[in-house]
Amino acid sequence: MSKELIRLRDLCMAFDDEPVLNKINLYINDKEFLTLLGPSGCGKTTTLRIIGGFTTPTSGDVLFDGVRINDVPPYKRQINTVFQKYALFPHLNVFENIAFGLRMQKRPDPSDPTGKKLVKIPEAEIRERVMEMLEIISLKGFENRKPDALSGGQQQRVAIARALVNRPKVLLLDEPLGALDLKLRKDMQIELKRIQQQVGITFIYVTHDQEEALTMSDTIVVMDKGSIQQIGTPEDIYNEPKNAFVADFIGESNIIDGIMVRDNLVQMYGKQFPCLDGGFAENEPVDVVIRPEDIDIVPVEQGQLTGTVTGVTFKGMQYDIIVDFRGFKWLIQTTDHSPVGARIGIKIDPDGIHVMKKSQYSGMFGDYSSFSDEYDELDDASLEPDEEESGDEE
Amino acid sequence: MKNKLSRFAVPYVVWMALFVVAPIIMVVVYAFSSAGGGFTLANFARMGTYSVVFVRSFKLAIIATVICLAVGYPVSYMMSKEGPRFQRLAMVLIMLPMWMNFLLRTYSWMSILENNGLLNQLFQKIGLIALYNSIFGTDIQFFRMMNTQGAVVLGMVYNYLPFMILPIYSVIVKLDNSLIEAARDLGANTFNVFRRVILPLSLPGVLSGITMVFVPSVSTFAISKMLGGGTEMMLGDLIEQQFLGGAYNPQLGAAISLVMMIIVVVCMVVMNHFGEGEEQAVML
Repeated sequence: MSKELIRLRDLCMAFDDEPVLNKINLYINDKEFLTLLGPSGCGKTTTLRIIGGFTTPTSGDVLFDGVRINDVPPYKRQINTVFQKYALFPHLNVFENIAFGLRMQKRPDPSDPTGKKLVKIPEAEIRERVMEMLEIISLKGFENRKPDALSGGQQQRVAIARALVNRPKVLLLDEPLGALDLKLRKDMQIELKRIQQQVGITFIYVTHDQEEALTMSDTIVVMDKGSIQQIGTPEDIYNEPKNAFVADFIGESNIIDGIMVRDNLVQMYGKQFPCLDGGFAENEPVDVVIRPEDIDIVPVEQGQLTGTVTGVTFKGMQYDIIVDFRGFKWLIQTTDHSPVGARIGIKIDPDGIHVMKKSQYSGMFGDYSSFSDEYDELDDASLEPDEEESGDEE
Repeated sequence: MKNKLSRFAVPYVVWMALFVVAPIIMVVVYAFSSAGGGFTLANFARMGTYSVVFVRSFKLAIIATVICLAVGYPVSYMMSKEGPRFQRLAMVLIMLPMWMNFLLRTYSWMSILENNGLLNQLFQKIGLIALYNSIFGTDIQFFRMMNTQGAVVLGMVYNYLPFMILPIYSVIVKLDNSLIEAARDLGANTFNVFRRVILPLSLPGVLSGITMVFVPSVSTFAISKMLGGGTEMMLGDLIEQQFLGGAYNPQLGAAISLVMMIIVVVCMVVMNHFGEGEEQAVML
């Protein structure tokens, strides 16, 4: 399909002997919207900073269009960055902030036949390009405002325009929506995707927000503990997670110990379930992922499994109910209300079952025993962006 | 706007009224009074005689301020780039002389700069004076350093340099590192990062540094008296003479003070105005 633009080869990074990245191998295509997704401290921001040229990797190569750029300083890369806290220049107005990169540029003088003489970009062209950017970010008429007279969302858009006006081949975005409120964040997600399609360049986006990643990306790279866990399209990542970490990090999942009896047949709780997975050894122990929305509640006598409802939360579109199956608690999302204490049966279609190989993450995720009304917030709290990881080097 | 805590400001307001506002009014009244007490402009008319002192005072203060800025800015900038431990140590070293008595510090410069002081002895030892004599065919025993304008400027720079470094340093060290990274990202090399981001954003520190060095420099009298030996009289000395010295004439002293104050205030207003414009000017 598209041609490859950036390749990371065996990239390793350590701060004070503390490994942060462990053999990252990744290629990024031209015009792709790629998201590095993972919890704080997973190395996603470090990866981004290495691509941007702000950090030099301990070992491994960064290739840009086939050329090694490990030692090329940021100002010589065809890459621009949108920083976490925007980093707009407070002493310059919106126009000058956006024009900053253009004023720094020198290019061959068109009237010089040798092409060696470098000239600045003429003022008229700067004006035209800045105005064009203001149009794209829908901030016409704001050019004389100082950054502190703008709202968070407006500052965000100026930061994007300031990077895009240089017509980079790649735009790096480091949790750019982190400081915005939920409503604005949703609008900006759509806005960002639109801008990316309009200017037609590669976006590399760092976030810990799985929903953001699913909404915008062409490709998602899930990272944890300095390693890539899975690379794939949003659908792949959601439907075919490679291990318990990915399954748990993207959306909600019940992860159950199972045994792969043979292809297309998996055993849980001593019962056999038809499924669509294969390629495992006979009777290999596996992790089984079942998404909460793929479970049907049926009368007890028709159920493949039966359990007791221990908790119900109304979520607007659906009920989140917690069901105890022999001590292991599942999350089920359903539109039908079942009262606490009720015995219910469940049925799972073969395509609702996803089988994964055992990994270092087995047994760590997928049990909803500690589930409470606050589980959403608890989740979020553990995924707050890590200052240390994303901040400066001091 | 009445805040409950505002009553705690009352002592200072009283203090200010008694010891800041009242004296300024008295200076103004004196400046327009004759010895007999009547209104007169004669004090200002006499000032032309002293224009040379005015010029010298402002000249030396400007030189000292420029040197402080030229020395202090790079030091502040380098310091802010170092680790926190180095910064603390450097800060202590910069502040250390200020913990010693001002007169003592200036006296010690006297013994360093004297004709047979430490520096001249050193020059003698290493043969610098003999070298000088052989090159220029002169026959000097020492370099005359005391009682020169250079010594006065040196004394001012030495005493007021920390007042330049501290405000500049405290502004630069607070600069958001991501602004510098953003500038580099947008194609600025090291020089342009400095000129277009760090310098304009550190201007407030530079302006307060200039103020804190220039104002005491222009009105100093102890430094010029001790290191200038009275031959390089400055405004401070002149005013002191009118109040305490043989030339007793408080009305004239008040008039000189008033004129000096007005010139300083005008300088500061002009400079601050220039500073505000600078943010845009740097970008042009």
